[in-house]
Amino acid sequence: MKKLRLDQRHVPLAATLVVCVLLYVLTGLQYPSFFSPLVLADLFSDNARLGIAALGSTFVILSGGIDLSVASVMALATMFMAAAVERFHLNPALAIVLTLLVGSGVGYLNGALIHFFDLPPFLVTLATLFLARGCCFLISMSPVAAEAPFFQSFGEAGQHLGTITLHLGTIVFAGVAAACIYAAHFTRYGRTVYAMGGNEQAARLMGLPVGKTKILVYVFGGLTAALAGIMAMANIPSGDPLNYLGQELDVIAAVVIGGTVLTGGVGYLAGTVLGVLILGIMQDFITFGNRDAAWTQITTGLLLFVFVAMQTILSRWKPRHRSTGPLHATVRNA
Amino acid sequence: MSPQAVLEPVSTTRMRGGAFGRLHLWGKLLWPALALAILLAVDGICIRGFFSVSIVQGRLTGTLVDIFRYGAPAMVLSVGMTFVLATGGVDLSVGAIMALAGAIAAKAAMPVSLNGMGMSPGAGIAIALLVSVLAGMWNGMSVAWLGMQPIVATLVLMVAGRGIARLCIGAANVPLSGVIWTALHNPHLTLPTAPVIVLVVAIVAGLLTRATSIGLFIEALGGNPVASRYAGVRVGLITFMVYVFCGLCAGIAGMISSADVMIANASSTGMYMELDAILAVVIGGTALTGGRFSLVGSLIGALLIQTLQTTLIYKVPIQQTLVIKAIVVLAVCLLQSAEFRRKSIAVCARIGLSRTRKAAAQVAS
Repeated sequence: MKKLRLDQRHVPLAATLVVCVLLYVLTGLQYPSFFSPLVLADLFSDNARLGIAALGSTFVILSGGIDLSVASVMALATMFMAAAVERFHLNPALAIVLTLLVGSGVGYLNGALIHFFDLPPFLVTLATLFLARGCCFLISMSPVAAEAPFFQSFGEAGQHLGTITLHLGTIVFAGVAAACIYAAHFTRYGRTVYAMGGNEQAARLMGLPVGKTKILVYVFGGLTAALAGIMAMANIPSGDPLNYLGQELDVIAAVVIGGTVLTGGVGYLAGTVLGVLILGIMQDFITFGNRDAAWTQITTGLLLFVFVAMQTILSRWKPRHRSTGPLHATVRNA
Repeated sequence: MSPQAVLEPVSTTRMRGGAFGRLHLWGKLLWPALALAILLAVDGICIRGFFSVSIVQGRLTGTLVDIFRYGAPAMVLSVGMTFVLATGGVDLSVGAIMALAGAIAAKAAMPVSLNGMGMSPGAGIAIALLVSVLAGMWNGMSVAWLGMQPIVATLVLMVAGRGIARLCIGAANVPLSGVIWTALHNPHLTLPTAPVIVLVVAIVAGLLTRATSIGLFIEALGGNPVASRYAGVRVGLITFMVYVFCGLCAGIAGMISSADVMIANASSTGMYMELDAILAVVIGGTALTGGRFSLVGSLIGALLIQTLQTTLIYKVPIQQTLVIKAIVVLAVCLLQSAEFRRKSIAVCARIGLSRTRKAAAQVAS
């Protein structure tokens, strides 16, 4: 039988898992009602928005880029949905498709500018952050309430399992997570993303479609951000141009706490799901205890620091490989 | 480290300080200065009395003065940010440090009965600046000694800083009062205070880096940290100091921008200011990848952003300002991209070629 041994690459993921379980148990011991399956179901549905966006962003970060525009695209999606259904009386299904197209469009703009003109992702997505937020203001300067019957049923949709309800958000989150994990680890696209993030030059020399994949990564980031915005409308049925201000940080924090390294090439999609759950449990801990919301930001920052410090120390500390052979060693050191 | 940065020949000419080096520096400054000049010219034509500056009740007033006044926080930030970007790093936490400094200053000056510390406003400002230096030290420590990536290392304070600020003064606005705040806000002097502070900070920073060899060390470190270490530059110390200075600049900017509205607020002070500062530096010709820097360029960049903002307020309905700002940002980024210039020249050449071909065909027929 093979000995169960922790690979060094899996240490960040394992640490994330341990922290997630520890936090869950600690919160449950502090507030016994926290262990109720209802709370667990809500944990997923409340964080579906953050989770879906973070999964898309994970690909961007894995590829060696960064997407600062996610929060603005989320806000734009809510504005666009609300305006399309309420003002132009579009069919909700058509509105959803259009919203997803708008999100992907912003993503395509990001990817195309970064790829074709060799601009830094940081600056380009910063500009689209302003652009998407500006488009929100173009639609309306004040919040648009979504009162159509569709939004009512949208918020209530879900699968009942005994006493608990799996909300639509939870189901979509699970679906997106499964699709992302499959895409990252079992498809050519996923392997190209990892290769690009590890060493773009090498990936290009290997003949991988770097340019196409880069654009696709940002398109997917925009698409998931728009989807996240639509899903958020199940909880809060309105479009607000000031929604999610500064939440690009939460998305990036969730990805980093999930064990993905910001330089790209290293990380797991499952880690991002755990990272989102950690942030969600922390949020619950703070609201259950009626503490100041400021603690959310402080603990997020601290967690970020601890995880990145751990990653940095781990990447410096390289154990000698005894039986892995020369090829394996070079791949690891690359 | 990219191979281009290692093989960059320009920095050597620049270091030699020869005529070509100086010419090259002016070339770098040309684009942002030209953009600013064009924008000002358009403003001068479109907005009546744009350039008129007068003294009303003993105070200098006019649109140009306002640009300097309201652009002051971004200009101070861009000074600190220039050095950070020149080392190849980035400081995302400056906006949060601005809010934190404002909150600390307000908290220290609040009376004890209101949960404050009951100090004088001046002492509050001193403590706030000290705290921003401490915040800079935290960033510097994370980057220089823990070896964290600058984006993440400063992301920590970007998230947590506003939380700490909120813990100090809550989510509400806290009014600031006292002679020193009034002096910062609108003094009984001819000159507004904020631009004077900018000038002092910029001159001190310029002397510190260009009159000593520190500037050279920063550029060397941004160009190639490994080579600099072998050459005997104390890479860790320089990196640390750069973040500390950036923190101090953020604190000063926080004071100026709190004094602008005479209010400390944990969430609205310095919102998205880090992005404006980085943009100003990049417009000014300092690359995000590190290496050479230009303080004057960064100041011009910050002025350009503020002039644009002021123009938009005058000329464009408020709901369109952000979109136009985004488009200008993209345009400036594109102009600076070598790839874009090469491609657009190629496209122009192709169009020109097809025209000449068409003309030749017409002549032939």
